[in-house]
Amino acid sequence: MSMPVGPVPAASQGSAIAPRDTPADRPADAPDFPVPDDVLRVDGLHVRVGELELLSDVDLTVRRGERVGLIGESGSGKSLTALSIMGLLAESLVPSGSIAVTGQDGRHTQVVGAAERDLAALRGRDVTMIFQEPMTALNPTMRVGAQVAEVMRIHRTVPDRHTAAARAVELLDRVGLPDPAEAARAYPHQLSGGQRQRVVVAMALANDPALLICDEPTTALDVTVQALVLDLIVRGVEARNAGMLFITHDLAVVASVCERVLVMYGGRVVEAGDVQQVFTRPRHRYTRGLIGASDLDLTRDDGRLYTIQGSVPSAGRFPHGCVFRNRCIHATTECESLPRWEGTGPEDGFACWHPVRVQDSQGVDPS
Amino acid sequence: MLLRLAERTVILLVSLAVSSLLVFGFMVLLPGDPARVALGVNATEADVATLRREYGLDRPLAAQFLDWVSGLLRFDLGKSYISKAEIAPQIADRLQVSLILVAVSMLVALLIAVPFGTFMAVHHQRPAGLVLSAISQIGVAVPAFLAGILLITVFAVQLGWLPAGGWTPPAYDPRLFLTQLLLPALSLGLVQGAVLTRYVRSAVLDVLREDFLRTARAKGLTPMRALARHGLRNAAVPVVTVLGLQLATLLVGAVVIERVFVIPGLGSLLLDAVGNRDLIVVQDVVMVLVVAVLVTNFVVDLLYLGIDPRLRTGTR
Repeated sequence: MSMPVGPVPAASQGSAIAPRDTPADRPADAPDFPVPDDVLRVDGLHVRVGELELLSDVDLTVRRGERVGLIGESGSGKSLTALSIMGLLAESLVPSGSIAVTGQDGRHTQVVGAAERDLAALRGRDVTMIFQEPMTALNPTMRVGAQVAEVMRIHRTVPDRHTAAARAVELLDRVGLPDPAEAARAYPHQLSGGQRQRVVVAMALANDPALLICDEPTTALDVTVQALVLDLIVRGVEARNAGMLFITHDLAVVASVCERVLVMYGGRVVEAGDVQQVFTRPRHRYTRGLIGASDLDLTRDDGRLYTIQGSVPSAGRFPHGCVFRNRCIHATTECESLPRWEGTGPEDGFACWHPVRVQDSQGVDPS
Repeated sequence: MLLRLAERTVILLVSLAVSSLLVFGFMVLLPGDPARVALGVNATEADVATLRREYGLDRPLAAQFLDWVSGLLRFDLGKSYISKAEIAPQIADRLQVSLILVAVSMLVALLIAVPFGTFMAVHHQRPAGLVLSAISQIGVAVPAFLAGILLITVFAVQLGWLPAGGWTPPAYDPRLFLTQLLLPALSLGLVQGAVLTRYVRSAVLDVLREDFLRTARAKGLTPMRALARHGLRNAAVPVVTVLGLQLATLLVGAVVIERVFVIPGLGSLLLDAVGNRDLIVVQDVVMVLVVAVLVTNFVVDLLYLGIDPRLRTGTR
């Protein structure tokens, strides 16, 4: 099972991959980016619905060719972060802060406050997304090949309909669908969940995006299929030197796929760092709990896994100060004020008043 | 696909057979002898017996039924007990009028429902959507005949723009045909349109929440284009269901509107036949209406197959 997933040779794309604008006609007020290879730079992102704050002060960067994980329990704000980056938040949700995306051609776009037309031009081309549920992500009344071809037709990355259809079959072949020409004529209900997710992957990679956002792309799949689809995504991203933001609550997947990881809880990034470092020497008490709850080698005296006490509060019901303090056994009155971000920057650090000390992290009890 | 088609066809044929039996059965069960009714209270027993023989009413019910059904299949509907005239040509004339009226009303209803329903769904949280929603609610509550009378009062009586009723065949005078058609088609269409608008609205609202619409937007389609390309076809299934039901009720409901606007449609033929106790005409007209409803349902089933590929194979 080793289908090449590389980017399509330039010849088959024709002139369509030519940059949309040259640096000369870039507006003078375009933001100046200190790190040129950032494909995504989120700065102080907040998302509110009425008085409720769902995301607070989220900072995150993804560089070209870099794979960044975003982990946390359900309800911690991961998907909301992804939808904010796509500019697909529901109308009632109001984002503020900065989300800067750099397209394939080096053009920068500020997502927050952008016009729908500019966002539509970005989506599906520079930034694409793979959703969790392959069973419902495809239009049931449209042939799969047409759905893949559509994303190229929308952004005019192919000259005409016939080229788009041929490219769609080619892409379906690359994502490992047996008999791609036949598959292109199939309707979604005629494909299995794994096959559908491959179609979604083909759609997401069709225009060689600069950034691919994956929101639990394999959670709904059989374990045996998960690894294959994961491999497909990673090789597709690698071949295009694209950045990837990978959202999941499966820590093992993050460990195998990502280089850096951010831990979210209560709509905030509570810890960030190199995957190896975060998973072996977590500093935030929440990260420690998450890892403890996933570690099959680490069990309590009664043989059960360690758990984080309590459950994730509903949106807007997180405590002030440290958002984790009502579930943390180390919480003190100090935690009623917001912990400072300790670290070198948004890519490495944590926000906890009582971080795990090095000697603790070697200890047995991960609570 | 062929299997589904065959299945639907069998369903249609079986329902036709069963309903013909039911229509015939009800007519037999009705008290009163059609021959005696036709001849009046002063007829002699001998006259009645002669007429019964003439119409074959003295034969066994099974023979009468088979006779009637085989006649139906040959478009021979027999002769009226009262006027002795052939029924089939009368029904054909009247059906043509009713079908034109129903088709134009349906068109009016669709022209109202699809754009307004979609608009209301897209703007369901905004004032404009809510106001339209309230207006459509009023439309639902108004019966068609009342709408007809109101339209006559305003446009025919007070403003004098359009005729208050009547019917002219389109081939005879197309202009007059259209002016006479407008008010009855509007009174049926406005009310049906108001009902249909609400179904379009809820179908589009459902589709707007679908994952694949989010996918469509993630591909780079603006909300309206995503809805047009991916949403409307999926929203069509529940709307077509209602459309089929409405078409059936329209055909039957046109009876009243035909009275209000003095239109010689199937409805007035039915009412006249009932008034005259012309049972064989009643039986035939009812059967024609039943066939129309069943054929409509059959067409709706075919439309489902055309719209939703999942129904073609029967999986899911």
